[in-house]
Amino acid sequence: MLTKLPIGLWVEWIVDWAQIYLAWLFDIITKIIEVLVSSIETVFLAVPPLIIIILMFILVWFVANRKIAIGTAIGLYLIYNMRLWESSIETLALVLASTALALLLGIPLGILSARSDLTHKLIMPLLDFMQTMPAFVYLIPAVLFFGLGQVPGLFATVVFAMPPTIRLTGLGIRQVPVELVEASDAFGATEWQKLTRVQIPLALPTIMAGINQCIMLSLSMVVIAAMIGAGGLGTEVLAGISRLDIAKGFEGGLAIVIMAVILDRVTQSLSEKRKIKI
Amino acid sequence: MSKIIVKNLAKIFGEHPEKALKLLKEDFSKDKILKKTGQTVGLFDINFSVNEGEIFVLMGLSGSGKSTMLRCINRLIEPTSGTITIDGEDITSAEPGIIRELRRKKVGMVFQRFALFPHRTVLDNVAYGLEVQGISKAQRREKAMQIVETVGLKGWENSMPDQLSGGMQQRVGLARALANNPDILLMDEAFSALDPLIRKSMQDELLSLQSALNKTIIFVTHDLDEAMKIGDRIALMNDGTIVQIGTAEEILTNPANDYVEKFVEDVDRTKVLTAEGVMKAPDPVVFLKDGPRVALRLMKEHGISSIFVITRERRLAGIVIAEDALQAAKEQKEELKALVIEDVPKVSLDTPLIDIIPTIAETQFPVAVVRDDHTLAGILVKGAVLGGMVRGGGNVD
Repeated sequence: MLTKLPIGLWVEWIVDWAQIYLAWLFDIITKIIEVLVSSIETVFLAVPPLIIIILMFILVWFVANRKIAIGTAIGLYLIYNMRLWESSIETLALVLASTALALLLGIPLGILSARSDLTHKLIMPLLDFMQTMPAFVYLIPAVLFFGLGQVPGLFATVVFAMPPTIRLTGLGIRQVPVELVEASDAFGATEWQKLTRVQIPLALPTIMAGINQCIMLSLSMVVIAAMIGAGGLGTEVLAGISRLDIAKGFEGGLAIVIMAVILDRVTQSLSEKRKIKI
Repeated sequence: MSKIIVKNLAKIFGEHPEKALKLLKEDFSKDKILKKTGQTVGLFDINFSVNEGEIFVLMGLSGSGKSTMLRCINRLIEPTSGTITIDGEDITSAEPGIIRELRRKKVGMVFQRFALFPHRTVLDNVAYGLEVQGISKAQRREKAMQIVETVGLKGWENSMPDQLSGGMQQRVGLARALANNPDILLMDEAFSALDPLIRKSMQDELLSLQSALNKTIIFVTHDLDEAMKIGDRIALMNDGTIVQIGTAEEILTNPANDYVEKFVEDVDRTKVLTAEGVMKAPDPVVFLKDGPRVALRLMKEHGISSIFVITRERRLAGIVIAEDALQAAKEQKEELKALVIEDVPKVSLDTPLIDIIPTIAETQFPVAVVRDDHTLAGILVKGAVLGGMVRGGGNVD
């Protein structure tokens, strides 16, 4: 048999190289992310929890319906009651920040992959790789690049949560009926006009489904990222595991479930509203 | 004047069109070319021109290349070789910027399944072409509103397309194409997705709109009755090329080959053939100044029991029947005028057979075909009309 290929070693070299020569870049990213996450946290923590619960109740009623609004209020109050409010806000801040970054990168990439077959062929295997590689593996380079804390957690989360956004954005645009694209062309629209006036509006329900997926994956990854000190509810769960403290672990887990359900229902009803019969 | 001229156009689908083009020049068949080179011949050897203000129909079965041909005209499909000239400008070699201008200003398009933007209101659909030209919102809405009224959709401008019936949706499609005020309208099976009654009324409406707007229209259809109804001229396509170009009557009465003949077999001829196509020459006739004896002699010579009477200017005066002429001759009367029956059935040259049949069934006389100035153009006898329905016309004698 051939000698073992040193694939792992090669990756190590690349990571080492990046660590030395891209340190400046990682510093800038770190600063930006820290500011982003901490300002979200500050805003949410500055307002008393009960007021946030009431505001959320109204907001959710507005975007979704009364049933989901009542569920949201009860769920949030339960989190507050379990004394997990601050951890939950930390988690929420991470989820929102990483979702924002994932969308910022993912939607343009999705559009690109829909418009050029070459990009599509290049991006798809990369996405397969990103999605099937066990999530924990991302934690290692994240720590090497950014140290411990929220920033590497967020980095790993973005990598993990971005693929569905790219995929579903691309899919949505490719699914716009050919005759509508043709109609747009036939009236002399430029490529940009076609994209912004026909393709993106019609792909919006699918893009929204991608955003929903992205948020859900972010939430699950943020919990795993607690292993490298990202904080939040994941820390509660980890503490429960390490001390075999069923009560603590369950309460942390329950808070995560509540947040997941709220975020899912709200984004889903947002995309329901956007649905158009084609 | 020719608005659009298409010369030697060919379209090859595939990676190596030049190979297929070479074989086409050597008269290889489409099937052989596909087998040899893997290239599909979509169109070849297409030549035609469309006059300004004409409705030109591209007609053929699915796969005949008619929709591909239509899309070459606004370059939604790039022709492989040959030229298309619009208003004297060759658009096959034009830059993308020029093509965009052409699509914005000169050529409007209507689609088979409407292709309305489902996320836009009727008004915003109609205004789409103006919007991409960068016309301000107020201006384009005002203009779009006028067109919405023209196609009879006033009151629906704020509805979404899926709230409209098929017929109404295609009115929106038509309005959207008209909003840019293009000279040329491309209509791709525009009425094929509508049910028969709506389709008929849309055809009538298109014709009345056309008489007001006078656009140059290229209309693609697979429905021969539709083609014959709305087309000034028809190009019959088969297998990627044009087999015959002509008016409906020319194609019906003078099919270029077996394919065309078979194709037009099932047409309802009574709707297409006109009095002109089946009438016989106005002979014999008798002049008003001639006496009853002349009339009698002519009837006797030709073995008929009545004869049309015309004035010196060849205007139709009426008909004289044999008994009256005989009576007058016996009584030694010289004047024919008193015998003329003025109330005779008459039709004009372009009356379709279907409208002649009831007239001819009711009367005992032959039917006179008169021109606009009342001169006698021909005579319709029962036998000739029936013959026309069966055989497709030609002047039957």
